[in-house]
This record gives sequence, structure tokens and C-alpha cells, in this order.
Amino acid sequence: MPPYAPEHVCHFDLLNRKYARILQGMLNEIGHFAVILAFAVAIAQAFVPLVGAQRNWAGWMAFGAAAASVQFFLVALGFGILINAFVVSDFSLSLVAANSHSAKPMLYKVTGVWGNHEGSMLLWIMILTLYGALVAWFGQGLPARLKARVLAVQSMIAVAFLAFLIFTSNPFTRQVPPPLEGRDLNPLLQDPGLAFHPPFLYLGYVGLSMSFSFAVAALIEGRVDAAWARWVRPWALLAWVTLTIGITLGSWWAYYELGWGGWWFWDPVENASFMPWLIAAALLHSAIVVEKRDTLKSWTILLALLGFSFSLIGTFIVRSGVITSVHAFANDPERGRFILWILCIVTGGALTLYALRAHRLQSGPAFGFVSRESGLVINNLLLIVATVVVFVGTLWPLAAEIVTGRKVSVGPPFFNAAFTPFMVALIVVLPFGAMLPWKRGKARVTVRNLRGVAALSVALGIFVWSVQTGGRMLAPVGLMLAAWLVMGAFWDLLLRARIGDVPPSAAWRRLQKLPRSDWGKAVAHAGLGLVVFGIASITAWETEDIRVARIGDRFSAGGYEFELRTVNDVKGPNYVAEIATIGAYRNDKEIAILRPERRFYPVQRMPTTEAAIDMGLTRDLYVVIGGDRSDGVWTMRTYIKPFANWIWIGAIVMSLGGVLSLTDRRYRVGAGAPRAGVRPAE
Amino acid sequence: MTGLKKRRRIRLTGLGFCVIAVAFGIIYVALGDAVQFFYSPSQVAENPPEAGRLFRLGGLIREGTLNKSTRDASFVVTDGGHSVKVVYTGVLPDLIVEGQGAIATGRMQGEIFVAREVLAKHDEKYMPKEIADALKEQGFYRPTQ
Repeated sequence: MPPYAPEHVCHFDLLNRKYARILQGMLNEIGHFAVILAFAVAIAQAFVPLVGAQRNWAGWMAFGAAAASVQFFLVALGFGILINAFVVSDFSLSLVAANSHSAKPMLYKVTGVWGNHEGSMLLWIMILTLYGALVAWFGQGLPARLKARVLAVQSMIAVAFLAFLIFTSNPFTRQVPPPLEGRDLNPLLQDPGLAFHPPFLYLGYVGLSMSFSFAVAALIEGRVDAAWARWVRPWALLAWVTLTIGITLGSWWAYYELGWGGWWFWDPVENASFMPWLIAAALLHSAIVVEKRDTLKSWTILLALLGFSFSLIGTFIVRSGVITSVHAFANDPERGRFILWILCIVTGGALTLYALRAHRLQSGPAFGFVSRESGLVINNLLLIVATVVVFVGTLWPLAAEIVTGRKVSVGPPFFNAAFTPFMVALIVVLPFGAMLPWKRGKARVTVRNLRGVAALSVALGIFVWSVQTGGRMLAPVGLMLAAWLVMGAFWDLLLRARIGDVPPSAAWRRLQKLPRSDWGKAVAHAGLGLVVFGIASITAWETEDIRVARIGDRFSAGGYEFELRTVNDVKGPNYVAEIATIGAYRNDKEIAILRPERRFYPVQRMPTTEAAIDMGLTRDLYVVIGGDRSDGVWTMRTYIKPFANWIWIGAIVMSLGGVLSLTDRRYRVGAGAPRAGVRPAE
Repeated sequence: MTGLKKRRRIRLTGLGFCVIAVAFGIIYVALGDAVQFFYSPSQVAENPPEAGRLFRLGGLIREGTLNKSTRDASFVVTDGGHSVKVVYTGVLPDLIVEGQGAIATGRMQGEIFVAREVLAKHDEKYMPKEIADALKEQGFYRPTQ
């Protein structure tokens, strides 16, 4: 008799697996419990510090910081346990069963956590509590009362959303009996570009809660000063930077994944993230005025309130399903109503408080009509109006259906016609405004300073117009504006270094010594110029070719030649694919081999198209195949997209500008310290 | 000082109102052109949109009518009552599958709907609200599960 009979091993193994399953089940319950506990902590944190601040009880105020950390750790624990459930494919959670599959690549098991409504909501809340914890950890320099109030307000938002999660969208709901296999993640979402799109988006979206909480706290206090602005501005900037990155990732993903190379569709869900972005851009500019000039206070507070309100509106649009969108999350009226209530209470409450208290905020020193302050006001005005345009276009179908009962949709033509004029106006005034001195400037001096840049930009526009035969005015005007922004931004830096007044070596030294925020400003504005350049080029000069091709066919499109060589069947980890091999030629020389795919994901019974893109700084070659293989005929769609990548490069440059500005000395030294380092503008 | 403050405030407020007035003017004009009505095949049959008008057509793709193999793809959408043939030049989105919902933007040319855009949804389980409502109206709706 052998010392270990095979059935013993088997038995032991079974037992082991049983214990593992029980442990896993317990883990899920711990996660569920952690989130419920976080809800309880949040309720306490919403009241105790607020009372403490009112009565000046130090202990009660200090409770806020401790609670914020605990709340964050509890939510993070719940989130970690949810990730674990996805990683080990624990299908006893109905969320995992509905959205994951054991054969899915590990990266997408993890990112699949936020590829659905419930999981992404938990991520949303985790980021919200993270911001609260950051106030607790890094806010030592803040006045104790302000800090306590900020933490209380931040926690009120957390209470609302934790309740939403627990009562309507619980990610820890069990499924009995658990299925053997999951239903997999939507294949379109199994993509690295999209994997990191939601976290960045939420960091931005939810990051605006910080400015919101500070604004509400300031209204309760009836006081806004430079220290307040010096704390709020970097957080608004950080939210804007991450929101920029998130939107860019989403747009890039749409470009290469959806199969026709569109990069912006004015879809309600896109607009949902774009509106907070516009407001955040306005806010981070007006906060500069509060910080440096101690004025525009109540306007800045209003923007801070609006910014997060638009985040909430966005959340409502995405998660309620009231507006038809190609990528809304859920179609559940109950959830929609819940978010609508949160929106009404949060925004309504904040605006009421604003109406009652805003007059207490004393406005600061006067400024002339021609001044940096005015420039920033105009910037704000145009950004807000642009937001209103997007808002009207996005919600029009909803309003029209309620009023007339007819179903309508508002397409891209509306946004192109109504949004663009304000952006053009913004771009035209931007370099002027950026160069004007604080307080009181002379229009004549600034115009003279920018004469050269303007002349060069116009010359470039005329050159483009004369080179392109016929064609729309879009490209010449677009490129002129782009050049105006980029050159204007750097000319401003050079003038600040006093180029021409001092010897070049001295100017070079001065250039290096300019504050990081000046560099950040120039880089961000130039980045906007690059985005404009990319958009104008791709819109004006794109070539498209649609045809039916057989193996061996060769055709030319937009100055390139393409040859469909082979189409092969390939098996991927959780899909099967047909991969075409297409040679691209320029002047009879092969320059690239393109391999577009058509994939089929059997679990979700869903086909996807993977475009093949030969990327370049001057153009993208973009090929998609479709059609039926049965008769050996393939539909081929070929695009030549000039300067497409500059859209995303420009957006990343913009966010880099934001990061540069964040590293400015004044934020590193004594952030929040009462009057340290308020420098004059120049 | 106060004088300057007041003047600046009046000027900036004036400017603000001008911009807002312009904005609403532009919104008004642009909306008039860009609002597209949604029609179900039955609505097209009963109460056709004016000729040449851009609109959105939605319904289920009838089994056996989807043709993707030529340069002009075509399919028939139905809401149980009436049907309309849709023609689209180019590669259809992947999620255009027989028996599933589809929304197309375009205009009628005779009896045929020439689409300039066919909407891809991101999720096979999700049915656009317009289509669900149109199907309910024709008593053709069954919740997908």
C-alpha cells in the first residue's frame, strides 16, 4: 500500500479548494462591509468637523482629518477586494460573472473592474475619498476651521454617492449559484487605451469636487483670500490636467478602435466630460486673478461650484440613459432619478448658499479695462458661453421630447456651427490677454509687441491658401490661428526674457530663470495651438477611399498605393480573427505593411474591427477591412489623415504645461501658508 | 477708485451680455438646421418627412436582408409594422447584426433611405431608447435578455 493514495491527494485538493472558496467568499463580504463602514464614517465626517468649526472645538475639527483617511482606506480596501475578485474570476459576484471571463488577459481582468457601471462607480468614489484624504494629509498649512469645513463638505458628497452605490449599484451583489464561466467584457473595451481612460477621467471629473468643497467652505466662512486661492488653484489645475489626459485617451481610443478614424463625435457622453473640462479651464484662469490680485472672488467661487455641478450632470448623462448615446452605461431610470436628486441637492444647496453669502466676499482692487484681469475675464466669458452651447446641444433632445413629445437629436453640425466661433474668438484674443500687464495696460503697446507674430501668422495662412488649390477656408484659417497661438506663446516668453533689450546671453539666462508657471503657461497655450493645427489639417485635407477589393488588387488613394496581399485566419487568446496583409507604397517604394483585422469574440458573440494604422508625424495611413470572406471579396476603407497625431500631441503638450505650472516654486514652498511669497506679477 | 471700479464693471457686464446675446443667436440659428427628428419605419410610411430633409431612422434589422459584401451595404429596418430599405456606402459598424437595432442618419431618395451615418452602439445588450419606444408602439417589443 503506497503511503499516499491518489484519492487522498484528490480529496485533500478538493478540501483545499473548498476552503479557498470559503475564504474568497469571506473576502468579498469584507469588501462589502468595508464599503458600508465607509458610508457610516462618511456620515460622521459630514457633521462632526462642521459642528467643531462652528463651535471652535479643536477635537471635533481634528476628527475630520482622521475620518477622511479612514474613509479612503475603507473604500480602497473594498476596491482592492473587488479587483481581486476579478483577478481570480470569482463568478459568485454577479458583477464579475456579467463582465469578466477566465480566459481574458490579466490586464483586462483588472481594467474590467471599471468597464461597467458598478465597478466604475466604486472607482469614482475611491477617487473622491482620495481627494478628501489628500486634504487631510497635505493640508497642514490650512487654517483648522477651513480644513474642517472642507472635509465635511467633501464627505457630504461621499455620503450621497456611497448611498447611491450601496442601494442602487452594489458591486458586491452575490449570484447563487455562481455560473461556471463569465460573460466577458465588451471586446471594444479590451484595449490598453481605454483601460486607463476612466481612471484619468475620474481623477479630473471628481478632482473638481475639491474646488467645490473649498468654495462651499469659503462661503460658510464668508472669506476668500490669496491663501485660499493658492490652495485651490493647484487642485483645479491638477483636475484639469488629468481630465485633459482622460479625454485625450478616450478620443485616441475612438480614433483607432471604432474603425473609421473619427476622433470627436459630440456624443452626449463625450460632452459630459468636455463641459467640466471647459469650466475647469475657466476656473484655473480665474483662480490666478484671486491669487495674484485678490479680486474676482465671487466669480471664482461660482465657477468652482459650477465645475463640479457639471461633473455631476455628466455623471447623470452617462449613467441614467435618458439621453441616447452610443456609450451610455446603464439604462436604469431608478439610478437616473437617484443621481438627479444628488445633483439637485448638491448644486441647488451650493447655489442657494452662494446667493445668501456671496455678497460677503469683498471684492479687491480695481483694474483697468485693458489689463490682464480683463483678459482673463474675457477668457472666462468665452469658455462659459462655449460650455452653454455644448450644454444646450446636449440636453436639447431631452427638453424637446418633454415639451413636444417628438424625438430629436442634435448632431455635430450644430456643435461645429455654434461652438467654433467662440473658440476662434478665444484663440484670437488669447495671445493679447496673456501678454497684457496686470492692473492697467496699454493696448497700443501690446498690439505693437505682437505685430510681428500676427504678420507671420497671416503670411502662413495666405501661403497655405495659395498652395491648396480650391479647398475650403478651413485649413488656411486654422493654420493661421495655430501659428498665432504657438508663436504668440513663445514670443511672450522671449519678451519676458527681454530679448533685444539685453545681450542674447543675458536673455538666455533670464529665460531659464523665468518662473515655471510662465513656462507652463506658454507650453499649455502652444499645446492648444498644436491641437488646432491637427484639427484643421485632418478636417480639411483628409482623403477617403472606399472600394471592394480581391486578393492581389492594387489601387491608389491620396498619393499612396495599396495592395491587398493575403487574408489569414488567426486565433487570439479570447477571439478569432481574420488578418489582412496590405502593402503601402509611395513612388513604387514599399513604405509600410498594414495588418487590419476583423475579430470575433465568441463569448459576447461580437465582432470588432481593428484598423491598421501606419502612424507618422505628417500623416496616418488608416486601413479597415470589412465584408464577407465567402465570395473572396473585401470591402476596404482607406484613409490618409494628414497631421492627425498632432491633435493628441497638442493635448498632451497642454497637460504638460499644466504640470510645469504645478511645479512652480510658489506651490512647493509654503502652499497654504498665509502670506508667504505673494509676488508681484512680473 | 470707485468710479473706475464701476466703469469697469459696467463695461465688462455689457460685454458679457453682448457675448451671451450673440451666443443665443448662434444657438438659435444652428439648432434650426441641425435638429434631426427620429422616425420609425411606420412613421415614415404614415407621415413622411419633407423631401430632402435629414432625419434619423431606427428599427430592427430584418433577418436575411443585411448585405455587407458590396461597396454599398444595405439592409431593411422594420418596427414590425412597416419597413424601409437603407443603403450605406462604406464599411458598416460591427454591431450592425441581423435582428438587432440600428439607427441611421440620412434622407429619403424615393423609397430608399440613403444613410450618411449608421450608429454603432457599444453593447449588444443595449437598445437605443428611440427604437425600444418605436417597437413598443407597434407591439413588437420584447425585452432582450
